[in-house]
Amino acid sequence: MLDVLEEKETGMKLESKVPEGPLAEKWAKHKFNLKLVNPANKRKYEVIVVGTGLAGASAAAALAELGYNVKAFCFQDSPRRAHSIAAQGGINAAKNYQNDGDSVFRLFYDTIKGGDYRAREGNVHRLAEVSVSIIDQCVAQGVPFAREYGGALANRSFGGSQVSRTFYARGQTGQQLLLGAYSALSRQVANGKVKLYPRTEMLDLVIEGGKARGIITRNLVTGKIESHSAHAVLLCTGGYGNVFYLSTNAMGSNVTAAWRAHKKGALMANPCFTQIHPTCIPVKGNYQSKLTLMSESLRNDGRVWVPKTKEIAEKVRKGEIKAKDIKEEDRDYFLERRYPSFGNLVPRDVASRNAKTVCDEGRGVAPTGLAVYLDFADAIKRDGRKVIEAKYGNLFEMYEKIVDDDPYETPMKIYPAVHYTMGGLWVDYNLMTNVPGLYALGEANFSDHGANRLGASALMQGLADGYFVIPYTLGDYLATIGPADKIAVTHPVFKEAEQKVQDTIARMLAIKGEKTAEEFHRQLGHIMWEYCGMARNAEGLKKAKKMIQELKKEFWSNLRVTGTDLELNPALEQASRVADFIELGELMVDDALNRNESCGGHFREEYSTEDGEAKRDDENYTYVAAWEYKGPGQPEKLHKEELKFETVKLTQRSYK
Amino acid sequence: MDIALKVWRQKNSQTPGKMVDYKLSDISPDMSFLEMFDVLNEDLSHKGEEPVAFDHDCREGICGSCSMYINGRPHGPQTGTTTCQLHMRSFNDGDTIVVEPWRARAFPVLKDLIVDRDAFDRIVQAGGYVSVNTGSAPDANEILIPREVADEAMDAAQCIGCGACVAACKNASAMLFVAAKVSHLAVLPQGQAEHQLRAERMVAQMDAEGFGACSFTGACSVECPKSISLDHIARLNREYLGAKLASNNV
Repeated sequence: MLDVLEEKETGMKLESKVPEGPLAEKWAKHKFNLKLVNPANKRKYEVIVVGTGLAGASAAAALAELGYNVKAFCFQDSPRRAHSIAAQGGINAAKNYQNDGDSVFRLFYDTIKGGDYRAREGNVHRLAEVSVSIIDQCVAQGVPFAREYGGALANRSFGGSQVSRTFYARGQTGQQLLLGAYSALSRQVANGKVKLYPRTEMLDLVIEGGKARGIITRNLVTGKIESHSAHAVLLCTGGYGNVFYLSTNAMGSNVTAAWRAHKKGALMANPCFTQIHPTCIPVKGNYQSKLTLMSESLRNDGRVWVPKTKEIAEKVRKGEIKAKDIKEEDRDYFLERRYPSFGNLVPRDVASRNAKTVCDEGRGVAPTGLAVYLDFADAIKRDGRKVIEAKYGNLFEMYEKIVDDDPYETPMKIYPAVHYTMGGLWVDYNLMTNVPGLYALGEANFSDHGANRLGASALMQGLADGYFVIPYTLGDYLATIGPADKIAVTHPVFKEAEQKVQDTIARMLAIKGEKTAEEFHRQLGHIMWEYCGMARNAEGLKKAKKMIQELKKEFWSNLRVTGTDLELNPALEQASRVADFIELGELMVDDALNRNESCGGHFREEYSTEDGEAKRDDENYTYVAAWEYKGPGQPEKLHKEELKFETVKLTQRSYK
Repeated sequence: MDIALKVWRQKNSQTPGKMVDYKLSDISPDMSFLEMFDVLNEDLSHKGEEPVAFDHDCREGICGSCSMYINGRPHGPQTGTTTCQLHMRSFNDGDTIVVEPWRARAFPVLKDLIVDRDAFDRIVQAGGYVSVNTGSAPDANEILIPREVADEAMDAAQCIGCGACVAACKNASAMLFVAAKVSHLAVLPQGQAEHQLRAERMVAQMDAEGFGACSFTGACSVECPKSISLDHIARLNREYLGAKLASNNV
């Protein structure tokens, strides 16, 4: 009854559009039922793709191959530099090349369970199904995955799974997959089917007649504000981890495109679901600009530990003793102790939380108290240095460059850091947001990872959405609207949107206050990490909300942006992104406060079991929280999409 | 640490630039080179001056954005290191550090330390791919590739497209960049069908962009942050000569 009332009031109903029928047949059936666009008509359509990471580059390439005209935008100077490039560990696929019991269903099951039962069954099963085609496609493009001596593809295992299904290219898998997608994209640029707009940032979405019609961009070299119209707009703009200021994201990664679309009506789903990655290089000083991830694959061979007692840890922190001086019986391999069956390979949220717990107990090993050991001594003893070098050489080198410490000799020091955001724009099974014609792919959407993403699944999802989902689902929408259903950039709605973007920029430049965007960003990051980070509670979240509101007020009265709008101006770009992060931060806090349970990366201290594990509340929170923007300063409206589980049984996740 | 900087400042591509002196104190040796620039930029902003514009993104040595010419060397004094992975501990207290953008006709300066590297994208568009449409691939294990071959391909494929090779070369040649892509695909069976056309087209585009000729001094490989070997240039030369003998496509 309540749902019906809600519908009447807002005119909005969240339909997942997951097809009926047995799980394994849903996608095949759906593909058949989707409308097709006649090959000769495809050239009459234009599609805008924002972002050129794995999701964007693969979507742009695949759609152009089909014959659509694509405009691809990225803020970087080249599409090849999108942040997917930095993914290290690998990409999952249910190939079962290792004969170790893997299957599409097992990958589906691991992913649903890993996500703590907060993702849609239908979407996740489709992801597992198409995973096998991704590997085929990438190999055909020339992606140099690791091989066995006989020439077959090699695999390794990753957290949250007990089979070996991760394909990798040294510690640079994301780079190689992105370069594969970039090469496919480049081929379509040469074919004249894709027009590239590098160093161009989307600053608004244009909606007319209830449909997405195009975008407003700023040319980051000249500062010029421009309109682009199309039949559909695909946001492949990545995640919003930089809301925490310090994260493993690239410096430029931002939420602006998604957030501006949200303010135009697209719902933002589960924004509080953020992933804190357990193995990152710890923070050193307050000049720190970003955190560096050490691939999760290291947990295959590295053992995580801290000293058994506070007293020994204290000595380590003061530099009186070193790791190797600590006797075996004085070490606590806490993951192996608490989770004997998964050991060091528990999922990320579990590993991170446990690292936090032991550090909170005073057993951290860095001068800041915030670090645990990741130790390769046993692996080197067992396999020899050469084998370890072959597996992780480039990661060890990177670690040494940053920390000035040799991980072959002394254990690495690691600490969790913000890495990925499971939340994002709400999309249905077709990857369309609630705004017709507006799609969200990859990390920018919320759909496949629930409350916690398993390692090596982000690359899989980005490419699944781009290569194998959107080419089918977009056609259905385009065939429905027809080629004539498009408006020109001369339409007043574009001019109005351009003007608004220009006004916002002018407003920022006119404040001429005392604090730079960098300082506001850092302040926001502190609030988010402290109160909406690895562990959250109602009191802290309420406090954070107030602090963010005050920060927002100060931002708009005390911001300093040097330079002008009609030039290359990184300070202005940053200010515009930080403004959106501040608003998003408040919504994340609201979402975290609304979800009175602990699940995956969202850990509410009030809702935990006696031994400190997360306590879900399936009765009340088995839903997607999708938030609707209601205007400046207004509380956002919550819409719920109930998650229906037809195949798996919801159980308390156990990795013991 | 106290550091003196001489930094190239240039308003835009139409305005001439000049070196400007800055002084920084209390720099931690654990800071990355770019974090040192962050400190400088925050200083400048507070003084009401415009910060130094520079390209950077991932700050973990893989995106290829950063492009500073430091004390006469692309990415600074360390080998196999990008600017973002260079740390201040590589310098001494009291050092003067000279920072310029990449210098090459094909890489015009856009502002301060930022250059336009679109030429690299156009070279890839000329042929740096395997022409395979989405969905038409055979099962991945149907193409067996010996481990040594996959490793050789990977050695070449890890090019980050930063342009240090061009900046290091006295002729501003893009040979190592082109060679890395041609070689990566030439050693793999997937790249065979188009290997000759690829070499011809990419080299033709490189010439059209205004990059210089290769005189094989090896500076590119020494300065390459991924230490890509000169062997790949040798392979490109073989591919190119073979292609020229066999076809007249381009």
